[in-house]
Amino acid sequence: MISARSLFFSRSARTFLPILILVLLATAPVYASLYTLISLSNVFMYIVLTVSWAVFSGPSRYISLASAAFFGIGIYVSAILGNVLPFPVVVFIGGLLSFLVALLVGLSSLRLRGMYFTIFTFGLSELIRHSVHWWEVNMTGTVGRWVVAVDQTIVYYAMLIIVMMTVLVAYTISRSRLGFALRGIGESEDAADHMGVSVNALKIITFAISTFFMGTAGAVMATRWTYIDPSIAFNPLFSFMPVLMAIFGGIAQIVGQIIGATALTVLADILLTKFPYYYMLSYGVILVAVILFLPGGLMALQAPMKNWYERSFVK
Amino acid sequence: MPILEGKSVVKYFGGLVAAAYVDFHVDKGEIVGLIGPNGAGKTTLFNLISGSLAPTSGSIGFKGEDITGLKPHQICRRGIARTFQLVKLFGNMTVLENVLFGSLFGKSMTSARSTAETESSELLEFVGLSGMGHILAKELSLANQKRLEIARAMATKAELLLLDEVMAGLNPAEVDKAVDLVKDIRNKGTTVFMIEHVMKAIMGISDRIIVLHFGTKIAEGTPDEIAKDKKVIEVYLGLEAHAES
Repeated sequence: MISARSLFFSRSARTFLPILILVLLATAPVYASLYTLISLSNVFMYIVLTVSWAVFSGPSRYISLASAAFFGIGIYVSAILGNVLPFPVVVFIGGLLSFLVALLVGLSSLRLRGMYFTIFTFGLSELIRHSVHWWEVNMTGTVGRWVVAVDQTIVYYAMLIIVMMTVLVAYTISRSRLGFALRGIGESEDAADHMGVSVNALKIITFAISTFFMGTAGAVMATRWTYIDPSIAFNPLFSFMPVLMAIFGGIAQIVGQIIGATALTVLADILLTKFPYYYMLSYGVILVAVILFLPGGLMALQAPMKNWYERSFVK
Repeated sequence: MPILEGKSVVKYFGGLVAAAYVDFHVDKGEIVGLIGPNGAGKTTLFNLISGSLAPTSGSIGFKGEDITGLKPHQICRRGIARTFQLVKLFGNMTVLENVLFGSLFGKSMTSARSTAETESSELLEFVGLSGMGHILAKELSLANQKRLEIARAMATKAELLLLDEVMAGLNPAEVDKAVDLVKDIRNKGTTVFMIEHVMKAIMGISDRIIVLHFGTKIAEGTPDEIAKDKKVIEVYLGLEAHAES
């Protein structure tokens, strides 16, 4: 007999469930509609942005609002190189360029702490957006660019692979000495420094690693939009959403970040299609409610739900 | 043979001099006390040694090597660890994790987690926190937080510990225990350089005491010599009090 408890909360379910989900996702193009695939790619995009943002900002508590900058860099790499180089190479370059820019940003900004760092990253993102806009208007002569379209199934699989890589790297870092050191930096940077952690080097390298995935995601997603301009590519929402999604789901665990990104993307989809006039209003109300009443995010519901399950089904 | 040696160390904060040509040394195996009225520059001197601040001029040497201007993590890896006047623990980590942190990243750089965990548990027992490893650091009492900070500093395998007011805010019974702990640390072979305001304690355990006043070293010697020193009495009790006595 399999009890309800062993079905949902046992150790075997914890290893089995992700594999099941992965198999379902990997075979989705066979049975799912094109609309579903496009929605899922969208979910994947936000998972990548959220999880990679949280790799650095979660444990270190340096709240970055520059995700849009690195995502946008990937988008522009795709727009410029998309018809010159093969798709996987373009995606890799998108990530690499984000990584390199993040190294530079890190060197110049990580001495800033707390709110100053946050404001700096937001300003940086806007600076890049306006600089690209200026360049396009004055040098290229057009604001927007066309991006070579790629088959939706390929986009879907590319995003799925990037999601898996991001989660794998995030998990590895969180379990490693690096992750431990980042937590120490988040708790007390001074103390971590005095315990032998070279805080600046660690912050910069982790920040750069986390942006690699944002860049690759941008390079892939650009092919789906076919037309981009600076306000699409560097939309500040790509900076704010990952923060909200991570907090919404539960910033402390990768599962929470994934759930937050998925829930909010699906919620936005539903609200946008069913209640277009009240979309932003209801979205905002739900966000505020969760943050007010569940400071630990949706993951904080885990323990009470487990209790309820055990009381109701396990005799 | 001094393990730590400072030569004419100067530190200016704008126009304010926090350390004025201070010469000091700590010999291996000693317990040296650093005292002085509020604002004398004691913590500044510790910050200069541990690398939180870089001196304006002068030099600081550790085990014969110049460490002036190195970063805190570099100094920690050479074998100097410290505690903070206002406790700086990793509040949302467990007590054990705090000590593990020192063990994994300090001079010891213990690579195997199991070794680090064994050592950390031993250190927790040594400072009197055994059985509390699973508690979050922020939930400990102040006295225990100070003990934890000492354990974390020791976990780096430091040869020199800088203890910044580990007895401040403790009740008399806790102070006695802290005094015993500092003696135990020295008996383990670790050199101790400590700032303290609790006179009874510092006079009781120090081999030597250095007195700072407005950034200048005004006296140095054994506790007995310091207790009789005219300048020190003036600084602490005021000129008139001294004249009346």
